[in-house]
Amino acid sequence: MSTSTDIETTYADDAEKVSLWDRIGRPVAPFAWPMVLAGAVILAAGCFLSWSYTDEVLGDLSIDFYPGAVQNLMIIAAVLAVIFALMYRGPFSRLGEWLASATALRVLGLGTTVFMALVIALIGVQAGGLVNVMPGAWISFVGAVLILLGAAGLTPRASKDPLHAHLPSWLEILTIVALLAIVLFGAAYVLDIEDGTVFSLVVLFTGLVAFTLTRAGFFTWVGIIAQTHRRVLMLGAVAVAFLFPFTQDGSDANMSIATQVLIFASTALGLNIVVGLAGLLDLGYIAFLGAGAYVGAMFSHSAFATIGWKPNFLLVVIFGALVSATLGLIIGSPTLRVSGDYLAIVTLAFGEIFRLAMGNLDGQDGPRLTNGPNGIPAIPDLEIGSFNFGETHEVFGITLGRFANYYFLLLVVAAIIITVFTRLNNSRIGRGWIAIREDEKAAEAMGVNTFGLKLFAFAGGAFLAGMAGTIKAHHDVSVTPDQYIFLESAFLLAAVVLGGMGTVAGVLIGATILKLMPEKLRFVADYRLLIFGLLLVLMMRFRPEGLVASKRRQLEFHEEDEELADRVEEVHLVEEQEAKA
Amino acid sequence: MTAVDETIRTDRPDDGPVLEATGVTMRFGGLTAVNNVGMTVRPGEILGLIGPNGAGKTTFFNCLTGMYKPTEGRVRLLGNDLPPKPRAVVMAGMARTFQNIRLFGNMTALENVMVGRYCRTSSMALTSILRGPKFRREERETRARAQELLEFVGLGKSSEHLARNMPYGDQRRLEIARALATEPKLLLLDEPTAGMNPRETQQASDLIFRIRDSGLAVVVIEHDMRFIFNLCDRVLCLVNGQVLVEGTPGEVQSDPRVIEAYIGGAADDEEGDA
Ligand SMILES: Nc1ncnc2c1ncn2[C@@H]1O[C@H](COP(=O)(O)OP(=O)(O)OP(=O)(O)O)[C@@H](O)[C@H]1O
Ligand SMILES: [Mg+2]
Repeated sequence: MSTSTDIETTYADDAEKVSLWDRIGRPVAPFAWPMVLAGAVILAAGCFLSWSYTDEVLGDLSIDFYPGAVQNLMIIAAVLAVIFALMYRGPFSRLGEWLASATALRVLGLGTTVFMALVIALIGVQAGGLVNVMPGAWISFVGAVLILLGAAGLTPRASKDPLHAHLPSWLEILTIVALLAIVLFGAAYVLDIEDGTVFSLVVLFTGLVAFTLTRAGFFTWVGIIAQTHRRVLMLGAVAVAFLFPFTQDGSDANMSIATQVLIFASTALGLNIVVGLAGLLDLGYIAFLGAGAYVGAMFSHSAFATIGWKPNFLLVVIFGALVSATLGLIIGSPTLRVSGDYLAIVTLAFGEIFRLAMGNLDGQDGPRLTNGPNGIPAIPDLEIGSFNFGETHEVFGITLGRFANYYFLLLVVAAIIITVFTRLNNSRIGRGWIAIREDEKAAEAMGVNTFGLKLFAFAGGAFLAGMAGTIKAHHDVSVTPDQYIFLESAFLLAAVVLGGMGTVAGVLIGATILKLMPEKLRFVADYRLLIFGLLLVLMMRFRPEGLVASKRRQLEFHEEDEELADRVEEVHLVEEQEAKA
Repeated sequence: MTAVDETIRTDRPDDGPVLEATGVTMRFGGLTAVNNVGMTVRPGEILGLIGPNGAGKTTFFNCLTGMYKPTEGRVRLLGNDLPPKPRAVVMAGMARTFQNIRLFGNMTALENVMVGRYCRTSSMALTSILRGPKFRREERETRARAQELLEFVGLGKSSEHLARNMPYGDQRRLEIARALATEPKLLLLDEPTAGMNPRETQQASDLIFRIRDSGLAVVVIEHDMRFIFNLCDRVLCLVNGQVLVEGTPGEVQSDPRVIEAYIGGAADDEEGDA
């Protein structure tokens, strides 16, 4: 029932949108295409002129023929606009049959116009008045408006389904490699930006480009080739992750953010098993990370550690994971018999109990394990064999600092967690979980061991979080109860929901966004509850499946396509062959 | 003693009835939805279960499959007592479909059927993570068997479609494939043709015959009398939670009490509407 109404509303929305675009576009329709091209040229030309009178606004935009960061973005936008225009008509029209060039140009035109207006406003505000805005900015703004108007005059055409695009393998692989390279250098570039406003603008622009390419249908194709060349993608992603510290040249500031992102993402991936696969709402998940961290701290060489025994760190990691998993079993076995909402409340309470308990096990109210609210400070850096994680190393003339060391270790942990997640997901166990998420009673009636699987999801997720926690203890230097407040659980959940439940890539992206933004932007840090709350509400309204839709969800867009079955079958065959090899 | 006794019986299921339910009673507070119902299903037979709305047919199925714990009564499958636990019931060899379709909507048709294989496969977490040869073989077999079953019910081409986007009739057939994947000896179908057009109903009828021919016993709840009387070897009519008549389709069809129960039910409905 609800699906059919959904479809109707979408159609209605589309109809309205189309008519609005058409109304704007009809007068300019005869010369729409040249208008887009001219707009792009004007937009780019403006970027080579000065935009602002002073050099203290948005980096430096005051020098002619020397584009600053923000101007570079608009040049990229202009190039994109030219490419799409030439796809619509001209040398790239073959490509235009596959990508929705007109739709993409509309999005791009609207986006750049808004972007330019925003930049002009920002220059006006920061430099004290619109008089400080130099003609270059106005020229670029006119260019953006021209693209917008011209794009409105183009007629969107139905593009062919990218599933039928059989490009040569090497080209597909090249695309993947190029995209990964863009990710690597893009990340290095973005993290290097000091100015908060410029950083926001770059992020905004990245979002705009991503949205444009999505509407063009580019990412649908990328999703398909990523599926066909999974090995390449995986190797490439590992290479990019591995190479990242080498782009930082010893700068600890960004590497510290990167390690935090990794810890957060690893934990979120563990939670993704519980929430995304098994469909159990856990609001106290941070406690499992905390349990691991406390185990790591108690067995550490810190002078404040409460346990005398100092076992090998590998053993500590396993202890931490097991303690966490045990807690998961203890909390899970009585509560997993109750249904969804009750579970949420119980886990929320559990998270708080954990924090309060850690604040009280100080020798007065209980055994002295955690030093109460003071926590366990001064945890020394990890030492595995003769490798000390606190020391700086020189590799190929590039300095790798303390955080880079932890980064590589956390990368291994994240890789383990991702492997566990994907392999479980594509197995009997994973199917059981998803069946429970979809309809628990029916799953049980089909012979799925629902209680056991739910308990395993809970304990397994806790195990992974505990593992990450032991490393976090050393990374953070100290462990205190107030690091494990409810808000952290909420953010973990937000990362999962924002990124895309049940996916790896989505949760990685979600975790990166949620951790990176407050670190780089003061105002996001100050208003993060408000901003993330708003973000979630918007997501629920416009893209409930999350930034990255899981494979199962993507399928629904291709329901009528008979050939899809064949292509998916092919992919399965490839998988099977790979498995055999 | 009993263990030996049971093994002998399970080894030769052809001797006794597949299902033997005696004195099954289900009370919800003051309402007795199922009242002292007995039912015997013989190997290779198709048994129809009819009765007016609210007669207790679905509730009876729920009692048989352990989704409800019957207030009283005893259910024996292939000579073994069944505990009222859905999973144990499936493992013992009885599977069902639902009146209001309960598929795993966001899974593909193939995955839905693969979930049905869950109870007949054994890969655990560690094997799944390490992906040893045993895991890969089992996974391959599960997939192949599921695809076979989809083809058996006529959905071979829809394996990659999301269950919730499939047409109504296909969903009903998919539920049957999912139930068959559990390798049951007895299949319980709750209104398998509800919402189907005549052509689909005919196909469903053929499908049930084919399931019977593959060696299963089938119990079908249905309101479509023509369908039931054409399909079933025996028919059991339930009214107000009690067995009213049991016999061959001919006997039940001509029994005045059955006609009266249906007309009376209809009259009640009209009164209710008025
Ligand atoms: N869980 C429950 N709690 C209380 N009453 C119930 C419950 N389940 C069923 N009943 C009642 O038991 C009676 C029998 O319902 P049931 O669904 O078994 O009928 P049915 O024969 O399957 O009818 P239909 O042909 O409409 O499907 C109804 O009066 C119903 O309201
Ligand atoms: Mg019913």
